[in-house]
Amino acid sequence: MFKKQTLKVNMYGYLFLLPALIFLILFTYYPTLLSIHDSFYLKDNLRPEGAFVGLDNYKYLLQDDVFQKVLWNNLIFAIGTVPTSIMLAMFMAVKLNKVTRINQWMKTSYFYPTVIPLVAVANIWLFIYQPDFGLYTRFADFFGLPDIPWLQSELWVMPAMIILTIWKEAGFFMIFFLAGLQNIPNHIYESASMEGASNGYVFRKLTFPLLMPTTLFVFIIALTNSVKTVDHIFVMTEGGPNNASNLILYYIYQNRFTFGDIGIAATASVILIVVLLAISLINFFVLDRKIHY
Amino acid sequence: MNTTKDKIIHVFSTACIILLSFVWIIPLMWSISIAFRPANDVYKGLFDISGITFENFVNAWNEAPFGSYYIATIIIVVGILCVQLVTSVLAAYAFARLEFLGKNVLFVLFIVQLMIPADVLIAPNYEIISDFGLIDTKIAVMLPYFASAFSIFLLRQTFKQVPIEFDESAKMEGASMWNILTKIYIPMAKPTLTALTLTVGSFHWNNYLWPLIVTNSEENRPLTVGLSVFSASSESGANWATVTAGMLFVILPLLIAFIIFQRQFINSFMHAGLK
Repeated sequence: MFKKQTLKVNMYGYLFLLPALIFLILFTYYPTLLSIHDSFYLKDNLRPEGAFVGLDNYKYLLQDDVFQKVLWNNLIFAIGTVPTSIMLAMFMAVKLNKVTRINQWMKTSYFYPTVIPLVAVANIWLFIYQPDFGLYTRFADFFGLPDIPWLQSELWVMPAMIILTIWKEAGFFMIFFLAGLQNIPNHIYESASMEGASNGYVFRKLTFPLLMPTTLFVFIIALTNSVKTVDHIFVMTEGGPNNASNLILYYIYQNRFTFGDIGIAATASVILIVVLLAISLINFFVLDRKIHY
Repeated sequence: MNTTKDKIIHVFSTACIILLSFVWIIPLMWSISIAFRPANDVYKGLFDISGITFENFVNAWNEAPFGSYYIATIIIVVGILCVQLVTSVLAAYAFARLEFLGKNVLFVLFIVQLMIPADVLIAPNYEIISDFGLIDTKIAVMLPYFASAFSIFLLRQTFKQVPIEFDESAKMEGASMWNILTKIYIPMAKPTLTALTLTVGSFHWNNYLWPLIVTNSEENRPLTVGLSVFSASSESGANWATVTAGMLFVILPLLIAFIIFQRQFINSFMHAGLK
């Protein structure tokens, strides 16, 4: 009787998991394995069958100037976006935590970029960065600041992308910090204020350390986003000028869909997957231990 | 508590947060102002308004098939939501309440999807969709998102909070597992299901790269892809106003929904992020 019951529960378990599992295998595991497989083949539109070349694609990529530049760009993009948007988000949350009308209004203005698509954000910012009549030029003229050819210059295009991304993401991260602040018990602050601690001291010694789990959580999301969001590149620069705004995922897109190089796209995909797994490993083995105190 | 230093910091940071909020709101206000002004106004001063017009919206609507983009977007978003919620509820219930061999291994298999999101598997997933002969269909846009580890985890957490006594007493009264799921678990997970509908729904309303890759024809393109095609075809200054009006077609539905249901939106994103 007992065994029969167990068997029945077993069956339902598998049955309930089956639909999700099918799609998981088809669109997560199989494509990952397919990328690994194709990365060992010379495979493109002319040779759809492919020819085995061993590690040649990896050798090619590691020597390719464009790919090196793309990796470097992605690193700069992550360094430029992640810490700044985290700090800004934390600042917003700490300042706007108290529920007042004006704070509510400001929260809305910080959060709304979250609900609009990145392509639309890129469209808006295209007109901010536009050299002749763009909003930045008007602003710069008014205040006597230098004109910056944001999207036309190899030097400025990456800062332009970084500013846009911070603008798009900071309000989203603010939400997590607001939630984090709500979880800090009020009595901690009460006793601190009774002892006459200054606001700066309270932030450094109480708020900041207590928000650490949230900060680390947001750090992982922000880092992952920095390798998976490229939509704005399509609208604004197509990776240019001279690949100065090209990122890994956009490089994969170009190789697969512009140049038709399946093998190279697969190899770059494998490298991107490894990067993502590395980010997760930081999460699991380093951060997870620290945040569950 | 009220040292001079504290006061200076307070005044300075308050000034910053207010100024900064203008940096956030001005791009939207400026876009709206361009879209409602005559096309030539983009060359004039910021406040040199020569009139208010709907002409740009009419032009945008006539120049690109926004109607068809809307229909495609709605079908794709609703399709993904319906299937994803069903597969996730079932899987989440299995992980939360059923015992079976290999449960932990299967759970780890799902965790991997959180690390490798479908968004980065564009190249290999294109080959798979191509093998299925589904290129340029709406179903191709939806398929990779039918199973979501994120939704499964969120629902599993919620289901785990349902008191197990509910299950036991329902079972004693002879309720089937299906009844327990639909009559007890799903109603109790309503806040989570709402949160998922809003977050997953807005994610797919805004999704761009994958639909760009797997669709070619007007009737299968969602708004985001349509907008990028439209803006690429008219980049000169003369069309700024029209492109901006088109951009507003894409963002307004979600933006209006967000402003009306602000609290639900923010709570949903919070809820979805914290479990």
